[in-house]
Amino acid sequence: MRDLLRRYWRTLTTPSKFYSLGFLTIGGFIGGIVFWGGFNTAMEFTNTERFCTTCHEMRDNVYQEIQPTIHFTNRSGVRAVCSDCHVPHEWTYKMARKMQASKEVWGWIFGTINTREKFLAKRKELAGREWERMKANDSRECRNCHEFQAMDFTRQSKRGADAHATQLAKGEKTCIDCHKGIAHRLPDMAGQ
Amino acid sequence: MKRLLMAMLFIGANALAQHDPLRPSASFEQEPKTAPMVNAENNDRKRVRSYAMQPPTIPHKTDNYQVDKNANKCMSCHARTRVGETQATPISITHYQDRDGTFLADVSPRRYFCEQCHVVQMQAEPVVKNRFRDVESIIKKTK
Repeated sequence: MRDLLRRYWRTLTTPSKFYSLGFLTIGGFIGGIVFWGGFNTAMEFTNTERFCTTCHEMRDNVYQEIQPTIHFTNRSGVRAVCSDCHVPHEWTYKMARKMQASKEVWGWIFGTINTREKFLAKRKELAGREWERMKANDSRECRNCHEFQAMDFTRQSKRGADAHATQLAKGEKTCIDCHKGIAHRLPDMAGQ
Repeated sequence: MKRLLMAMLFIGANALAQHDPLRPSASFEQEPKTAPMVNAENNDRKRVRSYAMQPPTIPHKTDNYQVDKNANKCMSCHARTRVGETQATPISITHYQDRDGTFLADVSPRRYFCEQCHVVQMQAEPVVKNRFRDVESIIKKTK
């Protein structure tokens, strides 16, 4: 075993005997593009609504619930899919979230929420995690589309404009503080 | 027997068609014209109550408001503890009483489902005509 490792190490550290420097650099460059492209494509695929709803946990619970809401169907046909709210758009944050999502794969393998009852029992914990995330990052995913600077208070209802012009403008509150349960049903809110 | 049954069915279907004000009678091969959907008023302006005990109407949209065992969206603004922040109309004192008049800490279960009494308003033609008159107008007339 030691010998095997040593042999590989020696191969790695000695200069190439057969391939030209040009081949290695250009080949490495092209290989890098292919790898990076493939990586990003695969990553983007896991961001699609189709991918999320391949699991019955998502398809039968949360996906059903979003359908009557304004984020799924509305007058102008703009739609937010799962990843628009649940995965950060910026690359670094996105990678961090994707790594956390490996725990969700674990949950899928071991069927943590594979029945309606299990899902309902765990809903408060799951929702709470998302609320906490939104609260900590100042509702970053909401703001990817709903930009405060672009809000026209005169086009909002009075009570909406009042809250946005004061509490949101001052940064006392963030989107999720008031807009919980807009895309999915709420868990038991007693004591919240 | 069969003929009688068919006749009864026919009469029954006719009676249904005639007594359903929401469904104008049309034969089954015709598609009756339905009135277009109307959005609920969303202007945050209180409407006049038609009589003193009338539950006030809702002057805003309540689309997708969740009111069930888990949560009551209305109460996130109209609860006693929330109105300071939201400046919404607090639910009245009667809503904290049970049927014996005992005061409870939170909204009474019999008052929990807001939209049983409080409803949004729409600018639409009433389907059923009515001759209701505000008592105020009657008083004014008799004076």
